[in-house]
Amino acid sequence: MSTLYTLEHVTVRYGARTVLAIDHLEIQAGEFLAVVGPSGAGKSTLLRLLCFLERPTTGTVRYDGRVWPDGAPLDVRREVTLVFQRPLLLDGTVEQNVAYGLRLRGAPADERVAATLERLGLSHLARARARTLSGGELQRVALGRALVLRPRVLLLDEPTANLDPHNVALIEQAIVALHREHGTTVVIVTHNLHQARRLAPRTAVLLDGHLVEDGPTDVLLTGRGTDPRTRAFVSGEMVY
Amino acid sequence: MNDLLGGLVGALRLLLSGDPEIWSIVLLTLRVSGIALLISAVIGVPLGAWLAFRSFPGHRFLTTLIYTGMGMPPVVAGLAVYILLSRSGPLGMLGWLFTPRAMVTAQVLISLPLVIGLTTSAVEGVVPELRLQLKALGATERQIVQAILWEARAGMLVALVAGFGSIISEVGAVMLVGGNIERSTRVLTTAVVLETRKGAFDQALALGVILVALTFVLNALALRLRGYLAHARG
Repeated sequence: MSTLYTLEHVTVRYGARTVLAIDHLEIQAGEFLAVVGPSGAGKSTLLRLLCFLERPTTGTVRYDGRVWPDGAPLDVRREVTLVFQRPLLLDGTVEQNVAYGLRLRGAPADERVAATLERLGLSHLARARARTLSGGELQRVALGRALVLRPRVLLLDEPTANLDPHNVALIEQAIVALHREHGTTVVIVTHNLHQARRLAPRTAVLLDGHLVEDGPTDVLLTGRGTDPRTRAFVSGEMVY
Repeated sequence: MNDLLGGLVGALRLLLSGDPEIWSIVLLTLRVSGIALLISAVIGVPLGAWLAFRSFPGHRFLTTLIYTGMGMPPVVAGLAVYILLSRSGPLGMLGWLFTPRAMVTAQVLISLPLVIGLTTSAVEGVVPELRLQLKALGATERQIVQAILWEARAGMLVALVAGFGSIISEVGAVMLVGGNIERSTRVLTTAVVLETRKGAFDQALALGVILVALTFVLNALALRLRGYLAHARG
């Protein structure tokens, strides 16, 4: 595997507040990485950096060997997609929403959209208005809109928060299938440590904007991390 | 109750009588307010959207000015246009005072802040994170703006409906700058005032009913358009 992302001495500040400070983080191409940590740890900010939606205040984010200090060009941006925690759908049908990214690119949509809907158990809702769907269905549509693009990098911000086990299973299966079939690099932010263990061989732990530790998920999330803060977070002893 | 029924009957009789004066009043009302709304839409919708998308020094001040304009009494707008267009005014050489052009100008001044303000509000009402999500899906700035405007389309239509409502029913400004001249600048609202002053309440009520009916039909059409837009593909 080659290195896809390298973050060096990255900080993100909003006014006087530093929300992210990572000295060094590498993400390999084709890797499945989980990012865990309490609320306010900087996880979503990290995803926005990786998606080129935000620029670091200091430091560099190297992607595929290049740094884009003035923002990544469109063709690079289109290799990476992010699914937000809140399913932000457009006013239209399920089919139109899933086809949206393909339409932006002028790519043919029909077959890929149909296959994506099928994979996510949404075929019967293709013509339904997106805003009439349940929470789980909405999140599956939001995920489908990203999966249909077959991105090089898929970034997920709590994609299954507050969903029932059936929806969680459907979403996890679809993500894993994309990762396996297309070698997609996946970075998932999750509060659910069980989900991190199910999906990601490697986990990064963020606390107060700092990368405390990253390593094999089996080690870190079973209370065998080297940093006492990681162990406290995993065991639930950390009060935040 | 009898007065209202009498007004309805009178309105029907007036319209069916084919009285050219009545029809000229109705048509001038539609022409003046229609042109004023068109000008307000052409200027106000893009400007309102631009204000929603852009942040710059003085943005808050400009927004406050627009909100003030939204609440400006029409007669004050009429007075401003009157001073501008009067013979000694800065635009007096145009010779527009007491013509439909002056009435259109006054109505633009009344409806434009409403169209701008409500368009801004409609666009800003679209979930802010949606812009980031669209960017994350690979949208260009132009594609993001298109998508956001499409999401705000119902609110923008409301802006136009409100703008139209504010001018078709307005009397003070058009009276000041138009002068209520028969077969020249007399519109439904000024005709109602005239007939009331003359004590011809039946005629005034009939004209009032025509005005309300006209507004009802136009709003019903706008509502149909809104329903169509809600289901149209972006």
